[in-house]
Amino acid sequence: MTNSWTDIRNTDLVIIMGGNAAEAHPCGFKWVTEAKANRGAKLIVVDPRFNRSASVADYYAPIRQGTDIAFLMGLINWCISNDKVQWAYTKAFTNATFIVKEGFEYQDGLFTGYDESKRDYNRDTWEYEIGPDGYAVVDDTLTHPRCVWNLLKQHVSVYTPEMVERICGTPKEKFLHIAQMIGECSSPTKTMTSMYALGWTQHSKGAQNIRGMAMLQLILGNIGVRGGGMNALRGHSNIQGLTDIGLLSNSLPGYLNLPTDKETDINVYMSTRGFKPLRPNQMSYWQNYRKFFVSFMKSMYGSAATAENNWAYDYLPKLDVPSYDILRMFDLMKQGKINVYFCQGFNPLQAFPNKAKLAEGLSKLKLLVVMDPLQTETARFWEDHGVFNKATPASIQTEVIQLPTTCFAEDEGSLVNSGRWLQWHWPGGSPPGEAKHDTWIMSQIFLRLKALYAKEGGAFPDPILNLSWNYKDPGEPSPEELAKEMNGSALVDVLDPVDPTKKVLEAGKLVSGFGVLRDDGTTAAGCWIYSGSYTEAGNMMARRDNSDPDATGAYLKWAFAWPANRRILYNRASCDLDGKPWDPSRKLIEWDGSKWTGYDVPDIAPTAKPQDVGPFIMNAEGTGRLFARKMMRDGPFPVHYEPFESPVANVIAPKIVGNPVARVFPDDWKQFAKTGTPDFPYAATTYRLTEHFHYWTKNNHVNAVLQPQQFVEISEELAREKGIEKGGWARVWSIRGEILAKAVVTKRIKPMTIDGKTVHVVGIPIHWGFVGAARKGFPANVLTPFVGDANIETPEFKAFLVNIEASTGPVA
Amino acid sequence: MFPPIPNPSVAPDAAKPRFGEKDIVRRSASEVTPPAERLTEVAKLIDVTKCIGCKACQAACLEWNNLTEEIGFNHGVYENPMDLTPNTFTLMRFTEWENPETENLEWLIRKDGCMHCEDPGCLKACPAPGAIVQYSNGIVDFQHANCIGCGYCIKGCPFNIPRISKVDHTAYKCTLCSDRVAVGQGPACQKACPTQAIVFGTKQEMKDWADFRIKDLKSRGFDNAGLYDPQGVGGTHVMYVLHHADTPSIYAGLPDNPTISPIVDAWKGVTKYVGLAVMGFAAAAGFLHYVVAGPNKVSAEDEENAEKLTEGTAPPPPDPAQSQGNTQHGSTP
Repeated sequence: MTNSWTDIRNTDLVIIMGGNAAEAHPCGFKWVTEAKANRGAKLIVVDPRFNRSASVADYYAPIRQGTDIAFLMGLINWCISNDKVQWAYTKAFTNATFIVKEGFEYQDGLFTGYDESKRDYNRDTWEYEIGPDGYAVVDDTLTHPRCVWNLLKQHVSVYTPEMVERICGTPKEKFLHIAQMIGECSSPTKTMTSMYALGWTQHSKGAQNIRGMAMLQLILGNIGVRGGGMNALRGHSNIQGLTDIGLLSNSLPGYLNLPTDKETDINVYMSTRGFKPLRPNQMSYWQNYRKFFVSFMKSMYGSAATAENNWAYDYLPKLDVPSYDILRMFDLMKQGKINVYFCQGFNPLQAFPNKAKLAEGLSKLKLLVVMDPLQTETARFWEDHGVFNKATPASIQTEVIQLPTTCFAEDEGSLVNSGRWLQWHWPGGSPPGEAKHDTWIMSQIFLRLKALYAKEGGAFPDPILNLSWNYKDPGEPSPEELAKEMNGSALVDVLDPVDPTKKVLEAGKLVSGFGVLRDDGTTAAGCWIYSGSYTEAGNMMARRDNSDPDATGAYLKWAFAWPANRRILYNRASCDLDGKPWDPSRKLIEWDGSKWTGYDVPDIAPTAKPQDVGPFIMNAEGTGRLFARKMMRDGPFPVHYEPFESPVANVIAPKIVGNPVARVFPDDWKQFAKTGTPDFPYAATTYRLTEHFHYWTKNNHVNAVLQPQQFVEISEELAREKGIEKGGWARVWSIRGEILAKAVVTKRIKPMTIDGKTVHVVGIPIHWGFVGAARKGFPANVLTPFVGDANIETPEFKAFLVNIEASTGPVA
Repeated sequence: MFPPIPNPSVAPDAAKPRFGEKDIVRRSASEVTPPAERLTEVAKLIDVTKCIGCKACQAACLEWNNLTEEIGFNHGVYENPMDLTPNTFTLMRFTEWENPETENLEWLIRKDGCMHCEDPGCLKACPAPGAIVQYSNGIVDFQHANCIGCGYCIKGCPFNIPRISKVDHTAYKCTLCSDRVAVGQGPACQKACPTQAIVFGTKQEMKDWADFRIKDLKSRGFDNAGLYDPQGVGGTHVMYVLHHADTPSIYAGLPDNPTISPIVDAWKGVTKYVGLAVMGFAAAAGFLHYVVAGPNKVSAEDEENAEKLTEGTAPPPPDPAQSQGNTQHGSTP
């Protein structure tokens, strides 16, 4: 989230698209009901189904799954055509004025530089024109034909309301009604907030879905302001923490990233991470990358990381592929190239697509270790559960070890919520049976591995032997110790660079924030964005003071928000070019003539003059990006691409199937249904229900009571056509597998007309499996395709093709 | 935001109940001397227009009251179980309603349960002395030790709420968490509700809060938004805010004008004895059936048929014998 849960109450308009907040985030949804009750805010829901969020919405419109970009580009087109743009904001705070290099073009769904054989672009022209002064060239008049604004205008012009209806199935008058509601928020005193979740990420163009809305929010002037923002509703408790501390295969903590195998030394690595400002006076905060990186390496390797060995740069693994994401790991597993797999709090047999392929992969492992507080399908993948999980245990040689762990209510530590708040929590109960904290298990494994390396050596034991492990009990580091390590501390006395007689930091003391981190090895910080969360003043994450001066929704004394306890990112953009709030009634910070002050921690240097320094300090431009340069693999502007499995061809680029740069493994092409095939005529989507949390709560009796048995949702029209009865059994199958489920026949799903063709939607909740208290069911991922987003490989769970028929119940 | 009820004090006398025997204003099949002073009336307000149907109230009710409901089946709808049971005191009911004026679909989600009537039909119909009591704050509570399981409370209830347990043969329904309210807390469902669709306070506070909500709804075009506090039963201590207060029955059969059946009013006359005789006969007949034919057994086929019969229909009729059936599913299909 750019903003926070509590800030949603400050909005005038909520749009829930690509998510279902009432259903999946009921507790956070209270801030929507607060905004509605107290500010008269309106709620728009755009979704293939009339869902629980829609039940309390002011306006609902249907959309076919996988067509959000067409809808969003349609909104941008409508706003531009109808002058619903916050011009002062757009001109000053976005890259609308920047001139793009000559040679950049877009045609028939593709940008310049596409190489079909590589399924990738040469992205060299996707850049700004750089002037003789070394800065990007801009045109403040927005008249240059290659300025971002004119390219954007051109790019979105195809997405007319008629085109939106043709692609999305959203009736034109409903689209226009929504456009008008949103257009009002181009006023400096009206804001809209976007709440989205997996409904946008789980597509082969998920990242571009989100960019589409971010661009709209920028031209409406809704980023950095109270009641605005791009608000990703994180699903798993602490999934925000997972990305923060870099648990993705190509990440390091604090959004640093792992070197590739071409970056063999630190200077090459740093050369592309200089982040030189692209406009005069800009902060380009990533210029501090080296400080954060060196402090991280000191935290990892302590005295073994020295200036001489480039801070132990050689200890870091170097990636030979863009990422070892889960889809790639399972593809490698299926090829027999993985021996050992650790599942820590993870149930991939349910959570990743194409269950048959996953099971085949797991069957080829030598060892599978499952660390979980609950029984999982993954740990039992080898068991035969009849139709629910066909397996031949005798033919599977994988050894499975289950290590019972504690659950969140038995742990102490911090969880990071969607609003970037690190909230400390205390155990509510003692671990049952043999369950152990994850930290204990990992430490025990590490200490044994280390002993083995010490004894036997090996090709390169240094990273293991020299890993810094200074805990009171090496067998189980305490949550406080780990939190302090992430916060960071001074390793020696740190002196003021201006006045070396002054000590800035004393050796051994915790740092107060990332501003004091150094690239000379004098400071250590495990995760720079968490600096300030555990300081000499105490555990900031454990703070529970809910005072909120002038009811701004900031709650600065409640827990700790990264970065620097800031509650709304880019908050300098809440003020105009003179540093005065766009909306005085929603003041956040302001320029008092010499510095920035206000209710939130300013997201800018305290004395940075408002006319000089742009609000988007993490970007080298100082502005938000309507044009993403070469940073997205699939284009600097979002383009509507159909899902890999679609009932219709792409209207704007009929030859393109799916996202043209999304990675597809060779075997998986054969497992996609052809566009418009009569074998699989229905557009399917998967989703969550309020009554359950993923595959956990089916283990809990009360949740199992509330939603006991697997079902699929279809329209009354489709039910009639296929002779499926309400509450009767239906068989749903894709090219990859089949499930049997009860049929919920509903008015809340309606057939759509797409490019003249009737398209039916089949909705498939995901919560059932073959273990747990609820009735046995089929994992929904039996059906889903093995392909991910072109940039981050999130699987395309939200749009694929199936067939359906009336059936009898499973014979277990 | 409605001011949240503070957490309970840990002071030693804070746990002392704030009301009890001395505050009883009505007692089934008995005369009571009304207390000298009436407690402030309490009420729970269920704002259907803020409800997202998450069922947190349903879960909280099971957990606070330590109830175990059976894991049932899907019947083609979001409700589960399909009806109130001796364990399910509160149930979310979902109605897909096409508004004829706007042609828009509305998904009406109503939390069903005891309304705690000011003039309680269950209490009036009850033949067992002291099985049902009403406190002066408005809470209508069942006292299981006195209940004879006759089911008359169900006949007397204009909202079809109580259910008879097959385990202890006594009637169960929402207590308005009288144990929590007695120590200054709100009901468990209210505590669990994430959107403040359920709020709790004095009856007057609830009416005022409802006015505030109704103003907002009218500003959004719900001209018939209003408070459901039916006067036919003297008003209730559980009230609803409805977007369409002119047609309560669209909310899964919420009675438009609930009143106590005239038969109940005649109860105190001769019918009392006739009724008791019929009851005794029925019990004897039931026992005889058990002895001769053995207990009823449900086959998988029966179950399949039962599922088909119940799908998509309104909640089963207020027949206590049938309503228990929902908890008796055991076998897998």
